Formats: sequence, structure tokens, C-alpha cells
Amino acid sequence: MLHYVIKRVLYMIPTMIAISIVAFLLIQLPPGDFVTSLAAQMSAQGDSVDPTTLAMLRRQYGLDQPIWVQYWIWISNIVFHGDFGRSFDFDVPVSDLLWARLGLTFVLAFTALVFTWLVALPVGIYSAVRKYSVGDYVATFLSFVGLAVPNFLLALVLMYIALQLFGVSIDGLYSAQYANAPWSWEKFLDLAQHLVVPVIVLASSGIAALVRIMRANLLDELFKPYVTTARAKGLSEWRLIAKYPVRAALNPFVSTIGWTLPELVSGATVTAIVLNLPTTGPLLLRALIAQDVYLAGAMILMLSVLTVIGTLISDLLLAWLDPRIRYR
Amino acid sequence: MSIEQSQHELDPTLSDDRGGRNIERAGQWQLAWWKFKRHKLAVAGGIVVILIYLVAAFAEFLAPYGPGDYSARYTYAPPQPLNIWNGESLGLFVNGYSVKVNPDSLAREFVIDPEIVIPVGLFVEGAPYKMWGLFESNIHLIGPLDASDPMYLWGADRLGRDMLSRVIHGARISMTIGLVGVGMSLFLGILLGGISGYYGGQVDNFIQRLIEFLLAIPTIPLWMGLAAAIPPTLSPIQVYFMITVILSLVGWTGLARVIRGRFMAIKNEDFVTAARLDGTSELGIMMRHMAPSFASHIIASVTLAIPAMILAETALSFLGIGLRPPVVSWGVLLQEAQNIRSVALAPWLLVPGAAVIITVLALNFLGDGLRDAADPYSD
Repeated sequence: MLHYVIKRVLYMIPTMIAISIVAFLLIQLPPGDFVTSLAAQMSAQGDSVDPTTLAMLRRQYGLDQPIWVQYWIWISNIVFHGDFGRSFDFDVPVSDLLWARLGLTFVLAFTALVFTWLVALPVGIYSAVRKYSVGDYVATFLSFVGLAVPNFLLALVLMYIALQLFGVSIDGLYSAQYANAPWSWEKFLDLAQHLVVPVIVLASSGIAALVRIMRANLLDELFKPYVTTARAKGLSEWRLIAKYPVRAALNPFVSTIGWTLPELVSGATVTAIVLNLPTTGPLLLRALIAQDVYLAGAMILMLSVLTVIGTLISDLLLAWLDPRIRYR
Repeated sequence: MSIEQSQHELDPTLSDDRGGRNIERAGQWQLAWWKFKRHKLAVAGGIVVILIYLVAAFAEFLAPYGPGDYSARYTYAPPQPLNIWNGESLGLFVNGYSVKVNPDSLAREFVIDPEIVIPVGLFVEGAPYKMWGLFESNIHLIGPLDASDPMYLWGADRLGRDMLSRVIHGARISMTIGLVGVGMSLFLGILLGGISGYYGGQVDNFIQRLIEFLLAIPTIPLWMGLAAAIPPTLSPIQVYFMITVILSLVGWTGLARVIRGRFMAIKNEDFVTAARLDGTSELGIMMRHMAPSFASHIIASVTLAIPAMILAETALSFLGIGLRPPVVSWGVLLQEAQNIRSVALAPWLLVPGAAVIITVLALNFLGDGLRDAADPYSD
């Protein structure tokens, strides 16, 4: 097992390097740089733009260096000093903006993941055991719909319903009176209330996909001889199903963390913009549009790293569950 | 197949006819078609998909107005129901609007006034257009008899533009972006997946690592980064092309995996070995002998890949970093619904979303049926 863990962690290093290069290239793609857009902004406001000031700014931020030098400065500061650079747009260090929002993104994605499992597991089992029953058809239909509805549209519709039925606006993370209040039980409840809709929205497509997978896998297991044997020995039906075939069908739940997490992070980006949540999504969009390169780069980098770590955890869990993978 | 057929003809015991369907003599495609037809939901999905593509093809004729036609007099006008019976005689008509001041918000609102009757006709003359840029015409399938009367069957938006017409015109962009994007992904997927599966070894290892790497990056932030890099000076057509390239950059990975799997599965089959011993070139083996045996699987995977493209375009355009007005796509239309207050005022702004959901559902059902039918020998 230790051998496998070490191998798997070592495999992560080239992936991380590649991701950092992609993130850096991505933010270098737009024509011009931050100073160009700053100059455009200044001349739009009627200020005179002094070319020597611009050149000085470029030198100060290292923008006049060749691209690989810029990359090296950027990545070595992150790795060795934890310094993600400075946000041009907000004029504060990127790490000040990053960590709070990244934490919330992670909480949101993780809660959605747990919620996905809590719903998808029983529904998938029911759907397989009671194949072609009314409940199975309902679950199948709903999961197809869940896959077809874009996250942001579901968020919009739920917001609309909440506004029409209850007259409350459910965007943001806190109600107005708690926004700057110190932490208290009431504030926590308020936060939890505001998290319900984003979690449902985020989990919807994951639930739909997992119900389909769970149903198909369990159907493969249900008619195997060992199930008949257990039934012949007089085990009660539900205990039998939970004890043997469900355990065998569980593998995909663990192995799907790998692709559920990128999807959740992706989904969280758009959903957060619609629901006006203070996660990485809205900030990333703003940073990309304003060409706030260090902020955008740091966020794309951290979101990707989060995903890679999620995949690692899922691989390790899978290896722990299934010895065949460890020795392959 | 021709050898099999002549064998069947020589052997009369093999050609028993079961209810007009000769299962032993039917080819792979015939069997797949029969199996597909049994899947009712998939057939229904297929019909809906064909209808939507027809709507996209004949958008100018089907839409009552042009995509950009606006009328400042009717901002956020609610949808008018289409009536056929006015109490005395048959005939299509809608009711006009009258303006009422909302007692709470003091805002001017349109209400449908049953007193005002606007006669509606089929094949009426309206705004002139150029069908597919070739034929000039001004005949629309449906429209008010007097072109100056308002007709908003699905309501109007912020600028008094007809939602129905805009959704119909948006179908063209939204539906083709899926096709073009998947076409591009398919090209990359067959090329790289084929090489990966056929040659194996180091090449395979490298391509598989590349795919894993692309899948490890969260797609929406990646797309956002790339889409934000599209220079604003590009023409709408160039933006459209860039967006499809961006979408297929991730889209090919799934198709490449399917194709690689199929190549691996059959590369050691007897008929491939036979072709190799006959001296067929490698490209010939891949294209003439191997590709036909899994073409049906590829068609199914492609059908399932289109909805993902449509959803991606919708999300990007919704965020304002995909296609931009004046281009009309469903995602661009949904941009109008970004503000929850305008949605509360005019819920019909969400209609393009319904179009997206119906399309994606239909394509998913169709793809599911095709996937089952792709392997006609399985049961």
C-alpha cells in the first residue's frame, strides 16, 4: 500500500507542473497586458498617459521580461514564499482574496458531494431492486431531466420560485442583518439556509449521473449466484442486498470522486455567479474580464490543484477498498 | 458480407422468414435499426431532434419577425394566447394589450385586453428576409394580418423583441455549434484515439496521460480563461469559430477514449489479422476493415457528446464570455434573464432555457437508444 501511495503522489508532480504552465499560459493569452488596460482606463477618464510611467510600471511588475522568466518568477514565488502576486484590480495581495473564497468553494463542493451520495445511493439501490416499478420510472425520468438542466438555469428557476412563493431573495450567503454580525447560532442557521439552494443545484447533475451508474452496477450484481446462495440461507432481503451486492457495486462511488470534483468545481463557478455567492466563481470571471492576471492565474491554478488532490484521494480510497488495484 | 449472403442463397434452410423480417440475412445496420425502433423513447427523441433541426433550417420562414426587430412600445409585453374561436366564427386571432398602472409599484404594465382583437393569418407577408442568403421573401408561417399590430406569442423582452422569433433564430446557432464542435472533437478523437488504440505502447501511454491531464482541469474555469482571451475585435463568425474550437479542446477526450477502447477490442480479431496478412496498408485496415465495425458505437457517442457542447455554449454565453449579441443563441438570450428582478417581471425570459432542456433531453434519449442499438448482437 505504501508503495502505491508513494508512486501515486510522485505521479502528481508532473501533472501539477503541467497545470501551472497551462494556468500561466491561459492568463497570458489575451492581447495586451494589465498595463495596457490600465492605460485605456486612464485615457478614458481623460487622464494623460505618460509612456515612461507605463514602461516603469511594466518593469516593476516584470512584464518586460521574456515569458519563461515571468513564469519562473510567478511559480517560484508561489512555491517558495506562498506569494501569489498582487491583484492589480483590487490592489491587495492575491492570497488575501484567494483563501477565504477558496475555502468556501471547497465547503460548497464537499457539502454537495456528500448530499449527492446521500440521495443517489438509496435512490439508485431502490431503482435497481424495484426495476420497472413506478418509483424506478420516476427516478429514471428525473435523472434524465437532472442531466439536461444546466446548473445556472436551475438556480435561476429556484430563485424565481423562492421570490414568487415566499417573497425572499435567496442570493448571497447571509441575510442583510447578519452580513457583518459576529458569529452566532442564528448567523450559522442563516448561512445554512442560504446554502440549501446552491447545494441542491450543484448536486443535481451529479445525483442524476450516479443514480444511473448505481442502478446499472447493482443490476449486474443482483442476479449473481452468491446472492441466490445468501437468499437460500434465509437472510432477510434488505439485509442481504445491503451486505453483499451493494458493497460490490459501491466501487464506482469512490472512483467517481475523481470526475465529480472537477464537475462540482466547474458547476460551482457558474452557479455562484448566478446566486451571487462569495466563492471563486464571480471573482474569477471579474479577474478574467479585467485581465487581472495574477488573480485569475492563482484561481485557475488553485481550482485545478484542488481537483488533482480530489482525484488523488479517490484513487487512494479505491486502492484501500479494492486490493486488486494496489498490486496492479 | 457478400460471401455470407451468397451462402444464405445457396442454403434454403437458412432463409426462413419471420414475419417479414429475415433475422439471419439482415445486415448489422438492419438489425441495429430494428433494435432502435423498439426503443420508443429514443424514437420520440429522434423525431424531436429532427424537428428542431428543421426549425433551425427554416428559421426565417417560421419566425414571425426577424431576430433583431424591436418595438420600444411593447417592452416586456406578456405572451398572448393564440385563439381560434371568437364566439361566432373560426379564425386565428390574439388579443391586444392595454396599459395599466400597477397600484403597488406604480410601474406601467401591459395586460391582455380581450376587447382588442388582432386577426392572425398563416403565410402572411411580414418583414423581408433572405432565405439562406439566397432567396428573397417576406412570407412568414404565422403573423398578424396587419403588420403594424403587435403579436408576441411568447412575450417580448427588454427592447420589445419577440421571444418566439428569437428562440427560433437562436436554434440555428445553438444547434450547429453542437454539430461543428462535435465534428471537430470527432476528428481529433478518431485520430488520437485511433493511434492510441492501434499502436499501443509508449504512444498510447503519452496520449492517455494527455487525456487524463485535460480531464483533471476543471472545464468551466478552463473555458472561461480561453473564452476571455478571445479578442473583442473579432467578427461574430470568428468568435463562433473560436468558441467551437475551445469546446472541442476538451470534448475530444471522451470520444478518443471510446474509440481507443474499440480499437483495442478488435485489433486482434481474425478479420484484422487476415487483412494484415493480405498486405493491406495500415490506414486501409483502420478505415476499410476496423472503422465500419464500430461506426455504430461512434455515432452513439457523438450523439451523446452534442448535448454537452450545447450546454457548454449556453453557460459561456450566459456568463457573457461566449457568443455576444447581436448573434442570437439560446445562451445569449438567457443573458437577459441574468437579473432575477427582470425574471420576476417577465418570467417568459426563461423560455430559451426550456428550449435547451428539451433539446438536450431529446438528444440524450436518442443517444441512449442508439447506444443500445449499436450492438445489435447483444441479445
